[in-house]
Amino acid sequence: MWYFSSPFVVFGEEALGHLEQLSGERALIVTDATLTRLGIVARVEEALHKAGMQTRVFDEVEPEPSLQTTKRGARVAADFQPDWIVGLGGGSPMDASKAIWAMYERPDLEPTEINPMITLGLHKARLIAIPTTAGTGSEATWALVLTDTEERRKFSTGSRELVPTLAIVDPSLTQGLPPRITADTGLDALTHAIEGYVTVWRNDFTDGLCLKAAQLVLTYLERAVRNGDDMEAREHMANAATIAGLGFGNANLGLGHAMGHSFGALFKQPHGRAVALFLPYTIDYTTNGGLGRYGDIARFAGLTDSRDEEEAARILAVRVRELEQAVGQPMCIADFGIDRAAFREMLPRLVEYAEQDTQFFTAPRIPDTEELAQMFEYVYEGRSIDF
Amino acid sequence: MSYKFPSPEWVKAFEEQINSSDAYANAAKTWEGDITLIIDGGPGIYLDLWHGKCRAAEYLTDPHSKNPEFKITGDLEKWKKVLAGKLDPVQGMVTRQLKLDGNLVKIMKNVKAAQELVRCATRVPTTFE
Repeated sequence: MWYFSSPFVVFGEEALGHLEQLSGERALIVTDATLTRLGIVARVEEALHKAGMQTRVFDEVEPEPSLQTTKRGARVAADFQPDWIVGLGGGSPMDASKAIWAMYERPDLEPTEINPMITLGLHKARLIAIPTTAGTGSEATWALVLTDTEERRKFSTGSRELVPTLAIVDPSLTQGLPPRITADTGLDALTHAIEGYVTVWRNDFTDGLCLKAAQLVLTYLERAVRNGDDMEAREHMANAATIAGLGFGNANLGLGHAMGHSFGALFKQPHGRAVALFLPYTIDYTTNGGLGRYGDIARFAGLTDSRDEEEAARILAVRVRELEQAVGQPMCIADFGIDRAAFREMLPRLVEYAEQDTQFFTAPRIPDTEELAQMFEYVYEGRSIDF
Repeated sequence: MSYKFPSPEWVKAFEEQINSSDAYANAAKTWEGDITLIIDGGPGIYLDLWHGKCRAAEYLTDPHSKNPEFKITGDLEKWKKVLAGKLDPVQGMVTRQLKLDGNLVKIMKNVKAAQELVRCATRVPTTFE
């Protein structure tokens, strides 16, 4: 037995206008200060006002949101009593909005107590997720990642009750994204799609979504990075991110995310950049064990007709590396400007946190502790995994 | 030789598998906590797990006779699937086919140890009535 969870998805040009058709009284917008400054929050408020709603803005969400921030947001919600909560932004505001929603309705819970095995019983509000980047897929999933700032580690959890009621995927919201953020977030979507396709929790409902999302990112990401006004590329990337979210959100992820979460938390690197760093290395490692289904992705994306699974997987790994280089992604840990001594000092924790990550155990090939440490060493130097 | 599941002999064989597994010892080297695996309406299997070793394993006719840090409950058919490798116990808990009493966060931070524990169980030659 397994589940497939999905929001109602409104996508394409003018999708934001759908907000005007909603019914409700009060909407709390959970976002970050940059989106307020850029006027995107005002666009959302305007649409909600046309729907007859009062709005309040909580724009204190930081990148990699902390447990403390979500608690503050929940207090604002308790004061405002919204019937809609709107998560507006990249993964951080959307993830924070899920936690705020849960704690608004269940003030007895700590964020760390949210998990799929308890019934939250949410009924006061509904959640709208509006991505302003094309990558996280949080608008389509029940997962959230918060950061425990005291322990410098990320905390992944979720609940099927936290799937947004409505996801609004409007490519115009990504038009102004700088190339670096477009690349980081787009590579996150690629990692979701590829890992979601090979995870041991993959299933018939998610396979097609992951394949399509991977194909779209491999086709359109470089265009979106080179020309942010290429709206055809922007729209396909926005769709790809949500489609990948539907895929991995119902199948879980793998080693690239486990290693990336650990690296990103300990060296303070953006999520997409961190997970994408490890993606080609994990393709190498998994393929070396005769595992993974990477050949399907390579063939679906039109990279090869080869029926030799190992050859097709190698072709995919090469294409991922080419794309990453083309969009300016660091290809090894040293490229991040991290010196070897600092890396070595942190290596035991890198390994420990990766092994304890909730994505680690659904990878198709799981390294033991020594292998995992060796993988980090290889990634530091940029060596292809040969074991 | 095969052992009937659940039975005191099966529990003893499980304990031996745990204590001879380097993979478990490594994955669970920081784990501290006892657990009872409960067959719904039936007996329990108590495990005192400490730093990669099983300090004690006991077949419990009354599964609630101990008060461990964790209890995982499921019907016999679900446990059969777990032992056959057909049901990932984490997926089983997420879908509530297996019920967890205890701190999920601690379990999720030790998923590799949990996986190795299940691998030890699958290595016990098992028969069912």
